[in-house]
Amino acid sequence: MSPLPDGWEMVIGLEVHTELRTQTKLFCGCVNNFGSEPNTNVCPVCLGLPGSLPVLNRQAVEFAMRIGAALHCTIQASRFHRKNYFYPDMPKDYQISQYDIPINADGWLELPDGQRAGIVRAHIEEDTGKTTHVGGGGRIHEADHSLVDYNRAGVPLVEIVGAPDLRSAEQARSYVDELRAILVATGASDGKMEEGSLRVDANVSVRPAGSGEFGTRCEIKNMNSLRSLGRAIDYEAARQVVLLGDGEKVSQETRHWDEAEGRTHSMRSKEEAYDYRYFAEPDLVPLDPSPEWRAAVIAALPVLPAERRTRVASAAGMPADSDAVVTVVRLDLDPFVTAALSAGADGELAVKRLSNEVAAGLGSGHPLDPGAFVDLLRLETSGALTTAQARTVLKTLLAEGGDPATIARDRGFEALGAGELSSVVDQVIAENPAEWERFAAGEDKLQGVFMGKIKAATGGNADLKAAGALLRERRLH
Amino acid sequence: MPERISTADVAHVARLARLELSSEELERFTEQLAAVLDHAADIAALDTAGVEETAHPLPLVNVLRDDVPRPSLDRDEVLSQAPQAEDGRFRVPRILGEAP
Amino acid sequence: MSAAEIAADVAAGRRSALEVVEESLARIAGAEADVHAFNLVTAEVAREQAAAVDAVVAAGGHPGPLAGVPVALKDNLCTRGIPTTCSSRILAGWLPPYDATVVGRLRAAGAVAVGKTNLDEFAMGSSTEHSAWGPTRNPHDLDRVPGGSSGGSAAAVAAGFVPLALGSDTGGSIRQPAALCGVVGVKPTYGVVSRYGLIAFASSLDQIGPFATSVADAALLFDVLAGPDPLDSTCLGDPPPSASARLGAGVEGLRIGVVEELAGADGIAPDVRARLDDAIEALVKAGAVVDSASVPAAVYGLSAYYLIAPAEASSNLARYDGVRYGVRRDGVDIGAMYNATRSEGFGAEVKRRIMLGTYALSAGYFDAYYGQAQRVRTLILRDFAAAYADFDVLISPTAPGTAFALGAKTADPLTMYLNDICTIPSNLAGHPALSVPFGTGDDGLPVGVQVLAPALGETVMFQVAAALEAAAPPAPVSLPRAAFDGGVR
Repeated sequence: MSPLPDGWEMVIGLEVHTELRTQTKLFCGCVNNFGSEPNTNVCPVCLGLPGSLPVLNRQAVEFAMRIGAALHCTIQASRFHRKNYFYPDMPKDYQISQYDIPINADGWLELPDGQRAGIVRAHIEEDTGKTTHVGGGGRIHEADHSLVDYNRAGVPLVEIVGAPDLRSAEQARSYVDELRAILVATGASDGKMEEGSLRVDANVSVRPAGSGEFGTRCEIKNMNSLRSLGRAIDYEAARQVVLLGDGEKVSQETRHWDEAEGRTHSMRSKEEAYDYRYFAEPDLVPLDPSPEWRAAVIAALPVLPAERRTRVASAAGMPADSDAVVTVVRLDLDPFVTAALSAGADGELAVKRLSNEVAAGLGSGHPLDPGAFVDLLRLETSGALTTAQARTVLKTLLAEGGDPATIARDRGFEALGAGELSSVVDQVIAENPAEWERFAAGEDKLQGVFMGKIKAATGGNADLKAAGALLRERRLH
Repeated sequence: MPERISTADVAHVARLARLELSSEELERFTEQLAAVLDHAADIAALDTAGVEETAHPLPLVNVLRDDVPRPSLDRDEVLSQAPQAEDGRFRVPRILGEAP
Repeated sequence: MSAAEIAADVAAGRRSALEVVEESLARIAGAEADVHAFNLVTAEVAREQAAAVDAVVAAGGHPGPLAGVPVALKDNLCTRGIPTTCSSRILAGWLPPYDATVVGRLRAAGAVAVGKTNLDEFAMGSSTEHSAWGPTRNPHDLDRVPGGSSGGSAAAVAAGFVPLALGSDTGGSIRQPAALCGVVGVKPTYGVVSRYGLIAFASSLDQIGPFATSVADAALLFDVLAGPDPLDSTCLGDPPPSASARLGAGVEGLRIGVVEELAGADGIAPDVRARLDDAIEALVKAGAVVDSASVPAAVYGLSAYYLIAPAEASSNLARYDGVRYGVRRDGVDIGAMYNATRSEGFGAEVKRRIMLGTYALSAGYFDAYYGQAQRVRTLILRDFAAAYADFDVLISPTAPGTAFALGAKTADPLTMYLNDICTIPSNLAGHPALSVPFGTGDDGLPVGVQVLAPALGETVMFQVAAALEAAAPPAPVSLPRAAFDGGVR
């Protein structure tokens, strides 16, 4: 259900910052490590001491290129620029970033629902230190003083700027999910929003549905989870609609999401845009990765989520945007689909079981063994186990591990062989000739009678589907 | 050709640069900066269409370093130079807002 | 004594490094009160370093090409554990936790650092009058400036305190004081000497270079400083050109161009021009082919420089905010603290340049000022390239006049800036240039001639400088050294 009244639509573009998984910082050899004692991973360069100079980390460039390639961007020659402003978490009171010529430009990513979201650019920049506010409940406006730790200063970041192509909070969440999966797949990032290695800001505006113009947008910050992201976007879009509906204007500004209160607060007006006085960083030289390096990065790209969904979809004979396929890939369960196919087992069944029982039972206690999973599929497909029985065995596998056939036997799920079932069906037909004649003549509702008798005759161990199929088959002769 | 620099301009850049000027300084600096910029007006008139900027006199490209750790500084030595330190961190007076 | 001779004597055990440094310290003690070349004399550290050199010699090891030579360091070079102030209140008492690369190279070469020399605050100036710690005085006339911004280093060498000193040159800050003090001063090709540990003024222009009493000594020091450094992205990775390779080769057959836009510029004093003419005559006599050269865009150098340098400086000096090091003036909140700290910590010239630079970069003005200046830089490079098609080196006056009186040019910033018209073009182009003493002005004060070379052309530049030096008229001995009589040349 849309949070907006009829006739309005929201427009969202996301800015995502990701920390790169390098050993060392972007411009110096201090370790890039989360959780160290404050100010123990600092040096003249990342502290911005007088006389220090930056030297660019090759691995950070490699990672940035991988991200660009994974997002179908053009990887191009680029420059670094200084973004000048004062803030205590900034050791030099300027940030080395990229301005008009970023390393990656003009790409896109494919959402699970099949839609493409544009990527404007993905550039390299250095992270700032961390400030803690002391007194006043730790909030910036009531603090007495603040303390700064520069361990994070100089950590490499890639900022990914998305085009304003998203139209709902759900789509925005899907975008972040997909982007995170892509980043993790490239190895460039560990994608942990909770730890701060993935940060999302949202640019939100609204407009009359169907309008081609963009409304004034606000930048929303401080969303620390996907859930916050969704809530914040819905709140902000609704807020703007109310404003406009009252005949007021939306101010272009930055707003802070307050998770506890469930609303956004104005932070500063972006109308008087801050003058960052960007100029080319004179302490660094231009970056122009060779054609060989670029080609190597592209060639070495792992299989990305969208491609994985395509493969699972074709294995299952299901659409790539179906919930089952999306779930299997999202939970990294596609190796099991591959195992099933290689063993000649049923792909569709594999995806069904993976997206339901396995998804629900992940982490129950035992990692699922692909071989065991495939055996179980076979047992179900051959009719040796009923669907209900197969589900039970699978639950046990996820909880305790083991071998499907053994588990089935231990639970008394005597696999009723196909031949056995056939004899039971024939026997029940023979014992009930009158009903059989009526069923054979077309009284379908009598199937239930026969099913009941077959069930009773097999002690509940018959695969009812298979039994039903056999009855209908007999009727044809 | 940009207009002559005014006291309002100087006050603005002083704010950007976190410099507090007395009104006497404001007047004096405006005069002095205007004189320098007037002198620099000779290049404003130059036709540089099609001329690229030289941000760098060097033909260097792609100077990179390996992703290998180097020793960090000793925290005590670093904090010994801090005007104010607390809890292993640099202490600053209250910050009124978020970064611009 | 020359640095080369000292090094040879110490390495051979004929003199001890300790003895040499004590002599240097004695000279300093004798006349430093008059000259004020130093912000800090590091006597104890110097003795320790000297003792270390002597120990190496005693053990039969190789102490390095500058064994035992006393060297003074401009106080914008980081020296670990030793106060480094850039002659600014804002860095009063700051102890860097690391050494500049060049400082390490000097030590490895066996040199002995005796102190940190005075400069215009953050290297912004041409007279050393903008120092927070008071001016340095010209040893040839204590009522006159030594030039700037590396006035302290130039004076330390001119006064005979040390045979060698390091300075930095962004718009002429080594060459101009060298000329005014009658010593040799060299600005290398941009990128030949590492800037790591040089407290930045204008990053695309700054270079560290030597002061010495002779071209040969300057070459010796240059060769120690030059070379790749992985800590500086703007430092060239290839082996540097040699300053010493052709020192004695003479100038027979070399093509030398006199840059008309500089030599004939409005502000050049007639006696300075006359010394340049003498130099030209001497070069011709020595077999060089000397002719008129033109670098038309050079006349725009001053304007371009006074937009680019302050722009980069305004950004480089933002870090002085009272948070991590240096002086802090407290405030009710961080904004107030920033303002108070920077307003009290920076002198007027620094503030002027920060504001000028901020303005040149600001929204709406960037293209007309900073952008345009960077394009002018390209024009200057093109004109130099054209000139070097016809000439091996170029020459010009170094400074427009001899040393001026203290206070004579501080009233109007623009007047002071005009001191740099001959030196600035080389910084903008990234080309090497040096000043070699050549006679005196009508007032008996030193005059320098500038030799300019194309990028990485140090070898031929020093070659021509050596020839000029050989032909130069006898130099005046500066007052403090005359007082010593130990003033050996």
